[in-house]
Amino acid sequence: MNTMVETMNRVTDALSAVELAQERAFCQTVGDFTVPNPRMTCRDVEVWYGPKQAIRRVNLDIGRNEVLSMIGPSGCGKSTFLRCLNRMNDTIPGCRVTGSIKLDGQDIYDKKLDPVLLRARVGMVFQKPNPFPKSIYENVAYGPRIHGLTNSKAELDELVETSLRKAGLWDEVKDRLDQPGTGLSGGQQQRLCIARTIAVAPDVILMDEPCSALDPIATAIIEELIDELRANYSIVIVTHSMQQAARVSQRTAYFHLGDLIEVGETNQIFTNPQHKLTEDYITGRFG
Amino acid sequence: MNKPAPQITPTGRPNPVDIVRASLKRRYARERRFRWLGATAVLIGLLCVVLLFADIILKGYTAFQQTYIRLPIALEAESIDPEGTGARAAIEDADYLALIRNALFELFPEVRDRQERRLLTSIVSVGAPNLVREYVLAHPDRIGTTQEIWVPATADIDMLMKGHINRDLPEAERRVKDQTLGWIDRLAAEGRIAKRFNTPFFVNGTSREPELAGIAGALMGSFYTLLLTLILSFPIGVGAAIYLEEFAPRNRWTDLIEININNLAAVPSIVFGLLGLAVFIGFFGMPRSTPLVGALVLTLMTLPTIIIASRAALKSVPPSIREAALGVGASSLQTQFHHVLPLAMPGMLTGTIIGMAQALGETAPLLMIGMIAFIVDIPQGFTDMATVLPVQIYLWADSPERGFVERTSAAIMVLLAFLFAMNLAAVLLRRRFERRW
Repeated sequence: MNTMVETMNRVTDALSAVELAQERAFCQTVGDFTVPNPRMTCRDVEVWYGPKQAIRRVNLDIGRNEVLSMIGPSGCGKSTFLRCLNRMNDTIPGCRVTGSIKLDGQDIYDKKLDPVLLRARVGMVFQKPNPFPKSIYENVAYGPRIHGLTNSKAELDELVETSLRKAGLWDEVKDRLDQPGTGLSGGQQQRLCIARTIAVAPDVILMDEPCSALDPIATAIIEELIDELRANYSIVIVTHSMQQAARVSQRTAYFHLGDLIEVGETNQIFTNPQHKLTEDYITGRFG
Repeated sequence: MNKPAPQITPTGRPNPVDIVRASLKRRYARERRFRWLGATAVLIGLLCVVLLFADIILKGYTAFQQTYIRLPIALEAESIDPEGTGARAAIEDADYLALIRNALFELFPEVRDRQERRLLTSIVSVGAPNLVREYVLAHPDRIGTTQEIWVPATADIDMLMKGHINRDLPEAERRVKDQTLGWIDRLAAEGRIAKRFNTPFFVNGTSREPELAGIAGALMGSFYTLLLTLILSFPIGVGAAIYLEEFAPRNRWTDLIEININNLAAVPSIVFGLLGLAVFIGFFGMPRSTPLVGALVLTLMTLPTIIIASRAALKSVPPSIREAALGVGASSLQTQFHHVLPLAMPGMLTGTIIGMAQALGETAPLLMIGMIAFIVDIPQGFTDMATVLPVQIYLWADSPERGFVERTSAAIMVLLAFLFAMNLAAVLLRRRFERRW
């Protein structure tokens, strides 16, 4: 589905970690990876790109109405793991996922489960803002329209408005809904992408470094937005900024070379890490 | 400007700044040479294009005019419609050549010798009787009167009037003899000769007589052939590109297909003609020399071009757009048709137009399937015998008559105009589809 170049880049990103991972002994996760009444449960998840292993036996729960942040050095597998959660990895040739990932008790890698349906329930916001080259209105209306979520134009208008309001973008764009989404600023584009994701009414929102292409002010707005969205959605966010993880998330998972090293309350991870690698990373000794 | 004295670093080596400065002159000179070469190349190219166009236009512009002779033709009732029935069939069957001859003999009563009379008659085109017939059919009420009718002159007279025949040559070396020259001069003095816009060139099919030959048959042949080629090759090419680029698994078979498509783009076009002859005409028994077969052959020829360009266009669509669509739950096909295809469309159209322009100018494969035949009738559909513009140009360029020289150039101009129109359409379409992201 993706172009070869894109695929190769992604694969090589993951491989640097992978090669090291294969030489090291498996590292047992420190901390409690379970939560009561989880939205998603991942057990013994392993990911291979061809013969190379990118993720090793990751166990992790994603709770309801929580923000879970995933941190770790580049190529540690956190993005790979995130993309397993809505099967975006399906599009990469040679990518293989084993173990079980359940959404509300249902295995998402089950043959009976349609990835299109899954992606409607587990939305995704990408690293670079990627609005469709269409109008602001069309950007938000596209998801509901292909899924047939609304019955009338009025209903769709309303859904577009609520989604844009939830994304905190309505007041800025309500007078120019027919203008191209690509004409907005970077931060606005990213909020438009969030509105587009919300419009499909997912249970879980995956965010892959959503602020890495934004300035500090736009980042602050998005972080505030993430905190508000927590009331209705489960959010998993991959970030390179430890400050961001500390600010927005309740739980933090630290990945290192394909292993989930440590997971726990964000406060505890940043103030009192249990594992040596976690401590090294958050104190800035490497990464 | 004062040059600072070269500084010597503690190691005893010259300062790097001085080394760089010393090399700058040489580097800039190299850049200037390259620019100069480029500009010269562009200039030479432009000069050649200007020369080519000037040559074509200078040779061809006269073809858009045609010499006509105004004759007072007596439309006698007894020779056109002797029974006075007014029936169309009777009028169509009348001997209009006789009427024209009579008109000429009236104008030149001193010409009595049979041979001379034949020579006199020959200044009028053999197509003239047809013209008079059409005139009478359009105005049956004028039978019985004498009408001044403009009839086309024969090609030699046309060439004479356009200055392509040198009057100063000795008579033996001249196509138009002294006697004829005298008649023409007299007609000209009486205001009976004029050059008028050459409508027949645009509405007639081809002919053995240059003054009657027109481009319409070839133009319609090209139009039908290209239309069908476009209808076939664009959807097939784009569909193939989408499948190969987005859906096909990557394995040895698809690699083989890819290599073969690239190779097919470089196969000599006459090979496609042979294939068309063997498969479409020989095996499937399709009518030869028709736009249908021509279009099928040209489709095979253009497909690789369109597929390669379309795949490149698909590749250039940012993957983030695909991810965005998949991320909100669009299926693969929806992702392609709603998001990727609109963005790739301008590139696909460019490839298609390049392919079509190639097809428009293609001659060799069409020769193989019989589109070189001499076809006077203007084709009315995809299964009528037809020829195409480049083949027509080739045929005319091959004809010995002086009148065909200017017509060849004129036909080239029509072909180029056709090409410009197509390119313009492509540019406009592309601008319409182009969106930034």
